[in-house]
Amino acid sequence: MCVTCGCGDGETKIEGEAHVHTYTPVHEHGHGSLISGHAHSHAHDTRMVQVEQDILAKNNQYATANRRRFAEHGIFALNLVSSPGSGKTTLLTRTIERFKGKRHIAVIEGDQQTSLDADRIRATGAPAVQVNTGKGCHLDAHMVGHALEKLALPDDSLLLIENVGNLVCPAAFDLGEAHKVAILSVTEGEDKPLKYPDMFAAAGVMLLNKIDLLPYLDFNVPLCIEYARRVNPYISVILTSATTGEGMDEWLEWLDAGMKQAFAQKANEVETLKRRLAELETALAAKG
Amino acid sequence: MHEMSLADGVLRLIEDSAKANNFSRVKTVWLEIGELAGVEAEAMRFCFDAVMKGTLADGARLEIVTTEGKGRCFSCGKTVAIQLRYDPCPLCGGCPVEPTGGMEMRVKELEVE
Repeated sequence: MCVTCGCGDGETKIEGEAHVHTYTPVHEHGHGSLISGHAHSHAHDTRMVQVEQDILAKNNQYATANRRRFAEHGIFALNLVSSPGSGKTTLLTRTIERFKGKRHIAVIEGDQQTSLDADRIRATGAPAVQVNTGKGCHLDAHMVGHALEKLALPDDSLLLIENVGNLVCPAAFDLGEAHKVAILSVTEGEDKPLKYPDMFAAAGVMLLNKIDLLPYLDFNVPLCIEYARRVNPYISVILTSATTGEGMDEWLEWLDAGMKQAFAQKANEVETLKRRLAELETALAAKG
Repeated sequence: MHEMSLADGVLRLIEDSAKANNFSRVKTVWLEIGELAGVEAEAMRFCFDAVMKGTLADGARLEIVTTEGKGRCFSCGKTVAIQLRYDPCPLCGGCPVEPTGGMEMRVKELEVE
């Protein structure tokens, strides 16, 4: 069983197709070919082997590759995490509508089953790729890398990755994003940051969504923010209602600032490469 | 249940190590898991056994070494032991305490043959 990328058991599907790997999996599941050597009758000598490696090393390698790709193309990538039903997809469709004609936006949708969310995004005119994780409870960097091949993002885009609705597992998996954005709706209760501290600790921003419902609820906004800062003193907080549009200006400004930074970084990198090229050409000319 | 993916990550590291160090069977696996890593040891054991079935680590013993959660208190500035991310400072009662240790999840070593 290989749940990290779904290879071997066909669990992960991107746009309904099981993805085909271009590399050969080193492990062969289920048939025990690697253990054939142990069936001797004599006792084996055992020895110790030091590994000292992070369990997430493979995922982190894929995440680093995604991050490099984003940096080279000026792409501002965000990993949106929340419980199911926090209003992520509505927030995305509203965000896309507001940026229409001004910015290029694409979406990667993660869900265990169905392409309903990607269909909702496509209805706005933005390109979207649906990743179905099957039994998997989170997206990983490898799945995102495959989804990127399908998207063919132009330079200077905004990439919104909507993770599987789950406040636990996606916290541990870096996808190569600039930030995790935790979306918490006010119908969920203000103690969520304490109940699921890993997610709020990993997030750069908390969007407190559905604030149009506050008059009907007993939700303590300052207490929720205090709880979030207790697990993550650096977390930014933006109050939004995707339905009424309240707070959307602040959210869009935050996105815009992030995108500008990503473009600037790319421009810097291009400048550095050009300078290096000029230096090498000069050196070459001197030798010739 | 991201422990399932983590167990799979462990298997991949074991397979890489098997190639590099030329072994065909794993008897014991030592993991180092921090108190603040968000990993449930019991779930990890369950998933470990399931994921290792039919591989070179089928039936391997899993040893989990827990490392202490540590953090720096924003109020008194001291480094203190914490078991949860939102625990207040045991010295001054202040918060937040920013985690500085106990977040690791590593494969430490293997007993192989």
